[in-house]
Amino acid sequence: MRRDRLIRSIVLHALLTPLALLFLAPIVWMIVAATLPNNEILAAPPTLTPGNALPQNWADLNDDLNFIRAVTNSVAISAIFTSVGVLIAAMSGYAFAKFRFAGRALLFTVVIGALTIPFEVRAIPQYLLVARDLGLSNTWWAIILPWLAYPLGVFFMRQNMLSIQTELLEAARIDGASEGRIFVQIVLPIMRPALAAVALVMFLFQWNDYFWPLLILTDKDAYTIPVALGTLVGLTRVSWGGIMVGTAIATIPFLLLFLWLQRFFIAGITAGAVKD
Amino acid sequence: MSSQAHASTPTTRRRRSTGRRLAPYFFVAPFFLLFAIFWVYPIAYSFVLSFINTRQRPWTFDWDFNWGRLIQDDFFWNALGNTMIILAVQVPLMLALATLLAVAFNSELLKLKGFYRFAFFAPLVLGAVPYSAVFRLVFNEQYGVLNYALESIGLGAVPWLYESTPALITIMIAMTWRWTGYNAVILLSGLQSIPLALYEAARIDGAGPFQQFFKITIPMLRPVLLFTFVLSTIGTLQLFTEPWLITTTGPGNATETLVTYLYKQGFRSFNFGYASAIAYTVALIAVIFSLLQIRLVGGREVER
Repeated sequence: MRRDRLIRSIVLHALLTPLALLFLAPIVWMIVAATLPNNEILAAPPTLTPGNALPQNWADLNDDLNFIRAVTNSVAISAIFTSVGVLIAAMSGYAFAKFRFAGRALLFTVVIGALTIPFEVRAIPQYLLVARDLGLSNTWWAIILPWLAYPLGVFFMRQNMLSIQTELLEAARIDGASEGRIFVQIVLPIMRPALAAVALVMFLFQWNDYFWPLLILTDKDAYTIPVALGTLVGLTRVSWGGIMVGTAIATIPFLLLFLWLQRFFIAGITAGAVKD
Repeated sequence: MSSQAHASTPTTRRRRSTGRRLAPYFFVAPFFLLFAIFWVYPIAYSFVLSFINTRQRPWTFDWDFNWGRLIQDDFFWNALGNTMIILAVQVPLMLALATLLAVAFNSELLKLKGFYRFAFFAPLVLGAVPYSAVFRLVFNEQYGVLNYALESIGLGAVPWLYESTPALITIMIAMTWRWTGYNAVILLSGLQSIPLALYEAARIDGAGPFQQFFKITIPMLRPVLLFTFVLSTIGTLQLFTEPWLITTTGPGNATETLVTYLYKQGFRSFNFGYASAIAYTVALIAVIFSLLQIRLVGGREVER
């Protein structure tokens, strides 16, 4: 019986290890290529060990586009989007979880329904609205506003806030605390782990979003990292080493964060799937 | 303190309960205000636009102009066909792989879980643009690492980006790399909610691991599997970045998808009416698949 388990365990690892290495390979190659001179990236056979062209690639990347500006834009947009968006989601989630009010079921159904609506359906009027009617082209708000009502965030917060003890809120009410104060001083502090999870997911979403920024950004100085890198991919005379440095910079902080905070990532991802 | 509360006059109590009655509306107001402007209005206007001829000024209502064209547009049918092929081939293969991975992760036989978790789940933090850039490089016919690897184990080089079928396969491999871990995470959470007693009972009855997998795991996992199926379907219908950057929708139109075609129509040709019709086609298919899921699972897990 024990022997049987040992054999099964070995088979499992023997199957899984090559697959795991295959999955890791693109990330490893990205990091290696970021350190190689162009003629070693585009060579047959390609060099597979790190080189020392990282500074040159960084310089090439900044020749091809204003990458530091793109990083600034991405950080600012993602940070503003996340802090405002999480607050809005938490407020709605709290109302759905802890209050009974007329229209609650209908409004919550709207939130759930919105989860299945492809962005493309909104894209064209949104473009006309933001670019033409509001005149916000190439601003941070042009990127932030359309997703600020983030249904997945509301859903996630609501699911988590169901576990808040109603007695706790009632006690505060008896003590004369206003509803706003209860939310800020009691609900938000005890929801910190859930807020962190949803913030992580929203930040990452905004950091990586491509389609909408691609539509609305025309000025190079307003580009986010994905839009900036996207303009380089597909050019014929371009430094691939530079592109790989850019992708590594866009990616590595989150790989490290993922190693450190896996629990929060997983909680955010499974938000829509877990029922209770 | 509680004696004070009891002593409060009827008026203050009423005021308090009014505040409490209005509070939820105050809390949901910011969300639904933004939702009205940036969701409801665009969704409605997009529908209207699909019946407007935006090829001339001023725009004029013409209910058949865009939809009539859509029916006869070979490029549209090609894009729809490509999207459906990816949907039919990539999604089931990826979900099968994700299910097996989830089962492996759920097994107490697996050691070094940290390593495997990082390998399979790390792709899910990568943005579509960074990984598409990497894959374009990896799948390069002449210089790509993949063809180098294939040749060094005795297989021939594949013209990944320059022939129709390999280009579609490239897109599918890229998507599988990016999304398998994501789905495995969701499926794993589903697996962990299956009562262990079921497996113990099956073992006592003499069921082997394969029987347990097909008789317990798969049926119990069905709602979560369907959930991942719908998520992947909606995601695939929205497929844009990978064909846009890895294969540039080519060769020819071999990897054109509904959304790359929508982008070209809407933002290269600025034909907003026609692009809206394509957008609504995407949404319509998404709705059909979502309803299908609600039918199949009974929609019981959404509300509580």
